[in-house]
Amino acid sequence: MPKRTDIQSVLVIGSGPIVIGQAAEFDYSGTQACRVLKSEGLRVILVNSNPATIMTDPEIADATYVEPITPEYVEKIIAKERPDALLPTLGGQTALNTAISLHDNGVLDKYNVELIGANVEAINKGEDRQLFKGVVEAVNAKIGYGESARSVICHSMDDVISGVDTLGGYPVVVRPSFTMGGAGSGFAHDEEELRRIAGQGLTLSPTTEVLLEESILGWKEYELELMRDRNDNVVVVCSIENFDPMGVHTGDSITVAPALTLTDREYQNLRDVGIAIIREVGVDTGGCNIQFAINPEDGRVIVIEMNPRVSRSSALASKATGFPIAKIAARLAVGYTLDEIPNDITEKTPASFEPTLDYVVVKVPRFAFEKFPAADATLTTTMKSVGEAMAMGRNFTEALQKALRSLEKKGSQFTFTGEPGHKDALLATAAVPTDGRINTVMQAIRAGATPEEIFDATRIDPWFTDQLFLIKEVADDLAAADKLGPELLADAKRHGFSDIQIGEIRGLREDVVREVRHALGVRPVYKTVDTCAAEFAAKTPYFYSSYDEESEVAPREKPAVIILGSGPNRIGQGIEFDYSCVHASFALHDAGYETVMVNCNPETVSTDYDTSDRLYFEPLTLEDVLEIVHAESLAGPIAGVIVQLGGQTPLGLAQALKDNGVPIVGTSPEAIHLAEDRGAFGRVLAEAGLPAPKHGTATTFDEAKAIADEIGYPVLVRPSYVLGGRGMEIVYEEARLSSYIAESTEISPTRPVLVDRFLDDAIEIDVDALYDGTELYLGGVMEHIEEAGIHSGDSACALPPMTLGGYDIKRLRASTEAIAKGVGVQGLINIQFALAGDILYVLEANPRASRTVPFTSKATAVPLAKAAARISLGATVAELRAEGMLPKTGDGGTLPLDAPISVKEAVMPWSRFRDIHGRGVDTVLGPEMRSTGEVMGIDSVFGTAYAKSQAGAYGALPTKGTAFISVANRDKRNLVFPARALADHGFELLATSGTAEVLRRNGIHATIVRKQSEGTGPDGEPTVVQLIHDGKIDLIVNTPFGTGGRLDGYDIRTAAVSRGVPCLTTVQALAAAVQGIDALNRGDIGVRSLQEHAERLNAAREG
Amino acid sequence: MTTSTQRADRTPAVLVLEDGRIFRGRAYGAVGETFGEAVFSTGMSGYQETLTDPSYHRQVVVMTAPHIGNTGVNDEDPESSRIWVAGYVVRDPARVSSNWRARRTLDEELVNQGVVGISGIDTRALTRHLRERGAMRVGIFSGAGIGTDADLLAKVLQAPEMKGADLSAEVATKESYIVPAIGTKRFTVAAIDLGIKAMTPQRMAERGIEVHVLPATATVEDVYAVAPDGVFFSNGPGDPATADHPVAVMRGVLERKTPLFGICFGNQILGRALGFGTYKLKYGHRGINQPVQDRTTGKVEVTAHNHGFAVDAPLDTVSDTPYGRAEVSHVCLNDNVVEGLHLLDQLAFSVQYHPEAAAGPHDAAYLFDRFVSLMEGQRA
Repeated sequence: MPKRTDIQSVLVIGSGPIVIGQAAEFDYSGTQACRVLKSEGLRVILVNSNPATIMTDPEIADATYVEPITPEYVEKIIAKERPDALLPTLGGQTALNTAISLHDNGVLDKYNVELIGANVEAINKGEDRQLFKGVVEAVNAKIGYGESARSVICHSMDDVISGVDTLGGYPVVVRPSFTMGGAGSGFAHDEEELRRIAGQGLTLSPTTEVLLEESILGWKEYELELMRDRNDNVVVVCSIENFDPMGVHTGDSITVAPALTLTDREYQNLRDVGIAIIREVGVDTGGCNIQFAINPEDGRVIVIEMNPRVSRSSALASKATGFPIAKIAARLAVGYTLDEIPNDITEKTPASFEPTLDYVVVKVPRFAFEKFPAADATLTTTMKSVGEAMAMGRNFTEALQKALRSLEKKGSQFTFTGEPGHKDALLATAAVPTDGRINTVMQAIRAGATPEEIFDATRIDPWFTDQLFLIKEVADDLAAADKLGPELLADAKRHGFSDIQIGEIRGLREDVVREVRHALGVRPVYKTVDTCAAEFAAKTPYFYSSYDEESEVAPREKPAVIILGSGPNRIGQGIEFDYSCVHASFALHDAGYETVMVNCNPETVSTDYDTSDRLYFEPLTLEDVLEIVHAESLAGPIAGVIVQLGGQTPLGLAQALKDNGVPIVGTSPEAIHLAEDRGAFGRVLAEAGLPAPKHGTATTFDEAKAIADEIGYPVLVRPSYVLGGRGMEIVYEEARLSSYIAESTEISPTRPVLVDRFLDDAIEIDVDALYDGTELYLGGVMEHIEEAGIHSGDSACALPPMTLGGYDIKRLRASTEAIAKGVGVQGLINIQFALAGDILYVLEANPRASRTVPFTSKATAVPLAKAAARISLGATVAELRAEGMLPKTGDGGTLPLDAPISVKEAVMPWSRFRDIHGRGVDTVLGPEMRSTGEVMGIDSVFGTAYAKSQAGAYGALPTKGTAFISVANRDKRNLVFPARALADHGFELLATSGTAEVLRRNGIHATIVRKQSEGTGPDGEPTVVQLIHDGKIDLIVNTPFGTGGRLDGYDIRTAAVSRGVPCLTTVQALAAAVQGIDALNRGDIGVRSLQEHAERLNAAREG
Repeated sequence: MTTSTQRADRTPAVLVLEDGRIFRGRAYGAVGETFGEAVFSTGMSGYQETLTDPSYHRQVVVMTAPHIGNTGVNDEDPESSRIWVAGYVVRDPARVSSNWRARRTLDEELVNQGVVGISGIDTRALTRHLRERGAMRVGIFSGAGIGTDADLLAKVLQAPEMKGADLSAEVATKESYIVPAIGTKRFTVAAIDLGIKAMTPQRMAERGIEVHVLPATATVEDVYAVAPDGVFFSNGPGDPATADHPVAVMRGVLERKTPLFGICFGNQILGRALGFGTYKLKYGHRGINQPVQDRTTGKVEVTAHNHGFAVDAPLDTVSDTPYGRAEVSHVCLNDNVVEGLHLLDQLAFSVQYHPEAAAGPHDAAYLFDRFVSLMEGQRA
């Protein structure tokens, strides 16, 4: 059955900002889908509020709307574009929920838009727990096996409490309906836990529905990825087995593909059930994933859930097998059948087959608990990880150890030196799933635990446990051997040991181990991911390393550029860096190079085998990169390695790579050092005559006090050599300085604390620029909405800058040029400035692609990362202007007056975390970055753009209702104007007594409400927290004051998060919100595609 | 769970291909020497079924999946009474077995049954070699007294080739036996055992068929002595070009117009009975992920394969045969190899792949229903 001819245009909904549970994998899926649909000749209309995605690049779709993914905005887009069809299955839960809303409110009917990929009935059957239970029962009736866990559906707390008895007692699992990433679900072992988890779940579920379920904690967990076409052909693309047994969300589990501990009979049972389910649910065209639990005692199979859409797991499965699920799903949605679609990798065989693997894939999650010290780090059925790394090897041990080192986290690799600790204590620790449990298990093995003891503590399958024993035995052999012989080394490498690990065991430096290894000729080979276990020849160079015999890297003629990616997503280093790497690959391919991508993050576009000429799915460590460079140098000429686009990960490798003779293109490692080293950078600034805030370094409290006394409080303190603002704090007084120094474990004589003058009330400015050695191209100037002191990644910002004049831009340009020149940048540089009074301070400079590059590129319609890649390889700004990659004249500092205004807003993961008592974590912004993603609002005026950014990030700003205001003393002066504006818009104002007093004195009426600490009043007057929980408050303004972990207003802010009420924590954000509310109340907010914005902007540039 | 095999136990082993390529690894299973035709199987699950499939007689099987033996060996999953593979090549054998049904480790089972294997070699390189050069003879050598590489190669070159091999009688039952119907008996089927897998009569029994499994040497008279409603020709090892006796029996059945079903070797025999030729594939189809299209419905099924030979029949035309018109009913979408035949004027069909699916997906189980409906039609 060929392509449908009745569909000419398709609307694709993306997944919005990166949040925990919904990350870059949907950019990967969506990008694939859009490209496929476009290549089929369809007009592709895309909506996604996330500017850091490849899918929102203007060339990916025909009309790209960077607008909020809400039914209201999507309806505007539908009304304007009138698409024939809507494809909702590639943008995660966000897209699916939006599509369902548009169906339920009649918009799809009204505009005659057909849902393709999955119909509403199928979506509901898959997502609604009760309906899905019926599906499983129907399947059981047909094929005789497959069952659901015993469960009860609850719509109230009374249902919940009585439900436990129905199931036969605790523990029980609580799962809210229609939430993504398992948000709000968890295990309850007693009534108190149950009330807390179920209460929250009822709130989180859009249908106020939770499911209580019998506990299958400790069972084996599996997942199947399936695809079905309109001819009812079904294939299972991949099986995935969880290393961590049931009880840990699959996104937080170490997972393995293919399943390794099933006999064929058991596997085929899962397959039969899976196929029967996809048919029963009625996913006509596309993919779904189904999760299973198996009782290790007797093999009883329970179907846990299904997702009738592409998912994080399907992205993983695509990368693991080479079978591009999203791409195929898009083809199926427009009418093709599986047998009509060729397998990309072999080109000769069809997609209607099941990939078979001759390697093992291991995915490990990456967590960010260090950013949320108050959060409970126990792993549950609510996903908490912020990213993941995947590795492939020819066996499990090799893949596992590669995956662990891909995490790039201190302590993520197994260590075999030092005292392991006490066995019983280690086993007790390992019994509770946490980040790094596998390392605890390894230490327990070192401490003498038996396989049975490990199983009893963890319920990890004995086969996996034995593999850990195997690794430990290899480590023992390494330690015991007289010398590092070729057989021993090869054996260790075959089980995934890194040179660092071997060096640690043998007491040798990493480079010494490497030298010995190379001298003995022990080097990896590169195997191809080919979907078919070598049955057919692969045409796609998608490689992984293994210490095996035969390498499959083919020779090439063209010079290669090796691009180092950014590794697992983490807070501070996310999808934005992948964006830049992908752009570099595209631009350099077009410029005649063979592009070679290295990365280990399965969620990304960079690890799509379609993105670069060659893909190495490998850890980003010095050892692994050096081996790839070696292998590629045998294959043909190498033009160079790009390290400046993937964030701190590749940048950190630059010097060592250069020391090993690897050609680094673009900004040199020495120049990187000039910008990163405080002393050296200070000299660059001094030479250029640019001011930086006063600062000093200290290793003791007395030294720090002396510096602070001299430069004056508040001061910004942070440990040296940390990333993403880790441990950074604004200190207002001496007592806190003392406790900060006492608490910080990162400070030592060799690791001093940095003490900077904190610029209170300063405007923070971010600049992205290109420099080719002679000419500066100012990419964009962003003005932060929050004041300096809030990490730039967490701050909202506007481009063009709202309050800066021509003189300021001139100064910024001159300073940027001086720094770029002084440091020796060849490519991108990002500089953070603070404008305090009339002085422009330089806060820091990063000679690399920044987090804001995609935002700046989209806001100004100029591909900065592409240009940076070209400049790295010798092109000049002048040449790129002539080519048309950069505008003929002018730059991001000279945008026309009627250029659109773009606002970036950060998205925070507060709702994901609870402390050990089950309370929310505080939401106050600070110098340490904690956001997971961002959205962009774009419009012709600031207020509307800001309102869109809020709608995209958190839900629409309220345009009327009740606003609660409570601000710190230092904010009270700035509060008056925006508060008056709120009142003018008809908001009823509530305030705490101090704030109310200030407002009243300024003639603004505000009702005093009770603080949480005051408790309920004598006549039952509720506290503000009770009002929030009762849904009586529509907008919260609460700026924190005080010091220490528990800031005042904590209860207010956590209540706001749990109820989803907009909560502004700075006065500047309130001022921006007022402009947004103003725009909303004026009405008629339009939507405009990036292509239209670019057309206008370019016309204005020409004119 | 059993105790770990000691890492110290590392008897060297060598695998020598007839074209001179050599892989060095460690002994797995029994120590000694063995010869056969080197073939690779791409299934990721079902090693126990593979090992006990009589069609692998005289073949040295290379598993492309790296981890083999993880679920040990149980008493329910074998496809026959013994391991048939001539040798076993794996990359990373399991040291423990983990499954509630496991009785022993695979290593123990291979030793007990005297199956010589090798582990720790680059099985992907070997597979690619076989893919490019075709299936060929191979020897595995381990233990004391391994000779020089030249000696080993000479031994490999002395081993018999698969082409021209007549092996059915070596693997088939010597005595006929009955697999009773499960539930109410509806039909009687005479099944010619050319190397039958246990799951095949099981799938028929599940459908109310009493299966009389007859030796490969059974005559037409033997077949009709059981008064069959249908006749079945099984899978089996060897070159179909040598299978003159089964072809003659099949012709006898076709002449009597009894409903007929063949699997694998049985498909090749039907091909020959209809007058088509057979040929050796370069490296065969062995795995459980092969896309086969049923040309009557257009649907694609994911199927289990184990065949080194195939029928040479025209794909897009109806052929006239002594038994009426015949056409190709199933095709492998990977390479357009004939995967099924059926007669348009008579109740006979066959498939080259394994609808009994042990190991493998159950997509093609409907073929047993089709056989049942042929018998129902005949009776009506």
